[in-house]
Amino acid sequence: MARAFTPKVITSNLLLSGDAVWFTANDTWSGDIAEAEFLTDEAHAELRLLEANAQTGVMVGAYLADAKLGDAGPVPTHFREDFRTRGPSNYAHGKQVETNV
Amino acid sequence: MYKYNDFDEAFVRERVAQFRGQVERRIDGSLTEDEFKPLRLMNGLYLQLHAYMLRVAVPYGTLNSKQMDMLAHLAETYDKGYGHFTTRQNIQYNWPELRDVPDMLSDLADVEMHAIQTSGNTIRNVTADHFAGAAADEVADPRPVAELLRQWSTDHPEFQFLPRKFKLAVTGAAADRAVIKAHDIGIRILERDGVRGYEILVGGGLGRTPMIGKVLHDFLPEADLLPFIEATVSVWNRLGRRDNKYKARIKITVHEHGIEEIRRLVDERFAEIRPTFNGVDQEVLREIEAQFAAPEFRTDGVDDYDIAYADNPLFRSWADTNLSEHRADGYAIVSISIKKHGATPGDATADQMRVMADLARKYGHDELRISHEQNVILPHVHKSDLPALYLALRAADLATANIGLASDIIACPGMDYCALATARSIPVAQEIATRFDELKIEHDIGALKIKISGCINACGHHHVGHIGILGLDRAGVENYQITLGGDHTETAAVGERAGPGFSADDIVPAIERLVLGYMDLRDSADETFIETYRRLGAVPFKDILYPKEAANAA
Repeated sequence: MARAFTPKVITSNLLLSGDAVWFTANDTWSGDIAEAEFLTDEAHAELRLLEANAQTGVMVGAYLADAKLGDAGPVPTHFREDFRTRGPSNYAHGKQVETNV
Repeated sequence: MYKYNDFDEAFVRERVAQFRGQVERRIDGSLTEDEFKPLRLMNGLYLQLHAYMLRVAVPYGTLNSKQMDMLAHLAETYDKGYGHFTTRQNIQYNWPELRDVPDMLSDLADVEMHAIQTSGNTIRNVTADHFAGAAADEVADPRPVAELLRQWSTDHPEFQFLPRKFKLAVTGAAADRAVIKAHDIGIRILERDGVRGYEILVGGGLGRTPMIGKVLHDFLPEADLLPFIEATVSVWNRLGRRDNKYKARIKITVHEHGIEEIRRLVDERFAEIRPTFNGVDQEVLREIEAQFAAPEFRTDGVDDYDIAYADNPLFRSWADTNLSEHRADGYAIVSISIKKHGATPGDATADQMRVMADLARKYGHDELRISHEQNVILPHVHKSDLPALYLALRAADLATANIGLASDIIACPGMDYCALATARSIPVAQEIATRFDELKIEHDIGALKIKISGCINACGHHHVGHIGILGLDRAGVENYQITLGGDHTETAAVGERAGPGFSADDIVPAIERLVLGYMDLRDSADETFIETYRRLGAVPFKDILYPKEAANAA
């Protein structure tokens, strides 16, 4: 039996800066996962991924990542995706200290 | 040191110009990412978790002060003020922007550096003993051979689309400081009855399937080196498993076909191509060797050193730990630890790079090395200069006296940066080093190699650590597996998995327990961790790591 679909967000890295970004319902890319479109339907998620991947001039390598709904919007469920929302743990660099796009 | 000729200079400049055009075409949409990706990888540019990463080649780990100054300039101008020295003697920048990369490469070309073939399925940076040209136990400086191989492999038309990446390491000493047995090809310069030749090892490697290299030729005549290496890569290029990237490295080819069959095929291919080498390679090698002539060593007295050594206990501790024997009287090899307790292994700030460049200029015959253990070496320092050098290092926070000790940990970038990682490695290294510093026991523990990788690809060399730590993702949680008894030297061995992994919270206490337990097990303070492990086997160490299981079994 196929595994049940778990909620997702679409994420990628910006072409110019390499910064991690998330795909919003308005077809834009946000540096804040809370602004991402929360995808609960598999067919819709696949369609949105196609649309996201069409923006090849803006970003690189869009993919679906597991997420759940937090107080302010989607939040990551896996530690890898969690790190991408913050930056590295050895320095206060990246999103944890910088304002996002 | 090797000096670029007109051909090298023009080649590197042309590559920068080509890449500048490729970046422009990617940004204006003429190139898709699928088209651009292999081009950026060819120039060392990766896309990681938070940003691009540029890997710059430091051929055989050798730099002059001007080059180190340029690495500092890059860190400051295009990155966040630091760079990360890697286990392949290279340097990585973690935060460059795509538009800046051609300028970075152009700046590098100004000091005869580049990022060519630091990625992709090509022959990568040729690494060498970081004490090359300085070590007391050396038959010959391995760097001329490494430079010859670099020239031969750069843009080699037959080897631009290999089954997988290919790594060569060269040493000129019996004591292996270049991990040659864990490379696709390892080369050791030998002398027999006054005649120079090479021992050629093949099929070593770490990663998913760790293997120790096997002897392909026990004494290859000097003039046959290049055709023989070319024959070997050529045989693998045809046989290598392009169908499965996990089986594509030459270690698997050697394993599947057997060393005898590989030797037969290499000899066959060698016989074909040997006549096409007309001796130019040997002429080139002689020219390169002349450029690596040793500096003129001074013959001054070492009284200043002796006085500082007797009077200053901090200097003495640093000297006892961070100096190695030099081949010239009155000289020492200085290892500058880039492993301050609690800091990121291998990370140096731009200011620190400039200090090290300056010290190389002032006291070190203008030479620096990057070690695969992620430290920086000043290979030629006269002992009378050591007290002043030590003070300058202290002022730059570079005087940590821990070379070869528990806190001198190799760690890959792990999931703090790397897109391939399955767990973090840097915080584990930071916490272990901090803990042993708090306990103030690392000098009592003695020689110990702890090596940490954040995924199975083993950039952190965990398989050959006396204590290896491998970070994995177990059901969505970071989990750390310990291996014991690995060895990266001429007595190379792959470590044995100790048992179930530990959580991020439990891994540091587990390592502490293991090391304290070793101190109880050793027969004297002189018996090192690896010696005790070899004497007693894994069982007592496993009992220390897993006390409950040990109690249940009792």
